[in-house]
Amino acid sequence: MSIIIKNLTHVYMPGTPFESIALKDINWEINDGEFWGLIGHTGSGKSTLIQHLNGLLKPTSGEIIIDGVNIREKGVNLKEIRHKIGLVFQYPEHQLFEETVEKDVAFGPKNMGLSDDEVINRVKEALEAVGLNYEKIKDRSPFELSGGQMRRVAIAGVLAMKPKVLILDEPTVGLDPKGRDEILEEIVELKRRYNMTIILVSHSMEDIARLVDKIAVLHKGRLIKCGTPKEIFKDKESLSSIGLDIPQVTHLMYRLKERGIDVPTDVLTVEEAKRAILALVRRKGYA
Amino acid sequence: MRELSIGQYIPGDSFVHKLDPRTKIIITFVFMIVIFVINNFYGYIFPVIFILIAALFSKISLKYMIKGLRPLLFIIFLTFILNLFMIKGRILYEIGPFDITYEGLYQAVFMALRLIFLIVGTSLLTLTTSPMMLTDGIEYLLKPFKRIGVPAHELAMMMTIALRFIPTLLEETDKIMKAQMARGADFQSGNLINRAKSLVPILVPLFVSAFRRADELAMAMESRCYRGGENRTRMKELKMTNKDLIALCVTAVMTAGCIASRFL
Repeated sequence: MSIIIKNLTHVYMPGTPFESIALKDINWEINDGEFWGLIGHTGSGKSTLIQHLNGLLKPTSGEIIIDGVNIREKGVNLKEIRHKIGLVFQYPEHQLFEETVEKDVAFGPKNMGLSDDEVINRVKEALEAVGLNYEKIKDRSPFELSGGQMRRVAIAGVLAMKPKVLILDEPTVGLDPKGRDEILEEIVELKRRYNMTIILVSHSMEDIARLVDKIAVLHKGRLIKCGTPKEIFKDKESLSSIGLDIPQVTHLMYRLKERGIDVPTDVLTVEEAKRAILALVRRKGYA
Repeated sequence: MRELSIGQYIPGDSFVHKLDPRTKIIITFVFMIVIFVINNFYGYIFPVIFILIAALFSKISLKYMIKGLRPLLFIIFLTFILNLFMIKGRILYEIGPFDITYEGLYQAVFMALRLIFLIVGTSLLTLTTSPMMLTDGIEYLLKPFKRIGVPAHELAMMMTIALRFIPTLLEETDKIMKAQMARGADFQSGNLINRAKSLVPILVPLFVSAFRRADELAMAMESRCYRGGENRTRMKELKMTNKDLIALCVTAVMTAGCIASRFL
């Protein structure tokens, strides 16, 4: 399942005094099984961009080609594309509406016209994929759950359609550290188990650096950089000039280097930093 | 959802934009009344000139004012048709059992024009006044009625909050709709009952979120010790200037003209 975006431009409310260019000349290629991180300052157009990927927004100009099909062409079944490309919005728990958790998660697969048995199987699988116990939770009202549980139910609602591509817009915002780590772990697990293509939108450079294979940087509606985390976070000056940062542990390594301690500065996770520092300590024979 | 609606405020710093909201509300009221004072076609010259002058000084293209007519076209058309067929008089043309009379045609055109002027004239108020200024103006104008128990400040506050949340709720609706569409919901196809049913996944989350927002807002206002009414000062005091005087004079001239036109 590949997604190719060519020269995508999106203008909100064209021809009115409120006209604003949200995306400009975006070129982006997402291949099967890749784990992308999409970063950018507030208002850089991240949400607008991901809404194009499953046809919720139509480009003002440019093309979006999903599995060889240009989704702007006439006769393209957008519903089918939305089954293949699951989109989890920010605060997805705000979209819950059914009386029970089971019914809410079943909304997506039911819309796909699947048989009742298949729907129930998918609901079970989806709820378990997000770490919830199907039997315990299925008859509860989604509105009486905790914030973290509500979010999982909402994510399960998208997973139940078994998308090939999963796009998550800030899936951990507003959660406590434990809930955040659990959800991220579950996302990694989904990727591993189903070989899903995942696009993660996040403000947390730590999470992005730790999880994704490739990063796309959006700034004022333009896709200014694509590359591996190491490539992207190498250039801390240009990142900070557009209001983005490098992971905190990388800051630490830079500081150490400034003080004359010979550590590598391309370290992105605490794990890596630990290893690098230990290696240095051993080499110098402090221990 | 991101469409321009009728009479939506268009920011600007023209002469009309800068007028005191009270002046604009009063002028709009006077305008509405004089439109009904006029009783012949000659009288319409005055509102036409008045609208043209206002449009010129507000730097808002006529396109937006005429756009405001579109949703009300049906009512204008209905008024026209009813007047056309219902009035007895000298017959001009016969269609089956219906007669078109000279008097009917006259009255139909006259009424349709009256409605058009009314809509265009009043939409100028909302096009050039921000909702905040508008409610401020209404609050001031309602103040004298406080003695007879009109809660002016509370009404204005309610209006402000309601207006403030219209765009928020529209945005929310848009987001929820998209989220459900991403789960394969379909709002366009099917018969009336199915379509009504398909609104449930939008309305439930929308109400839940509206209540949550109201709750949060009330809490935030209370924690900042909000007390309406008595002795409350405001950040922006409304001030009348020479511009308002000029605008009121122009309105007075138009009013005089309209009244005079009755005796032509």
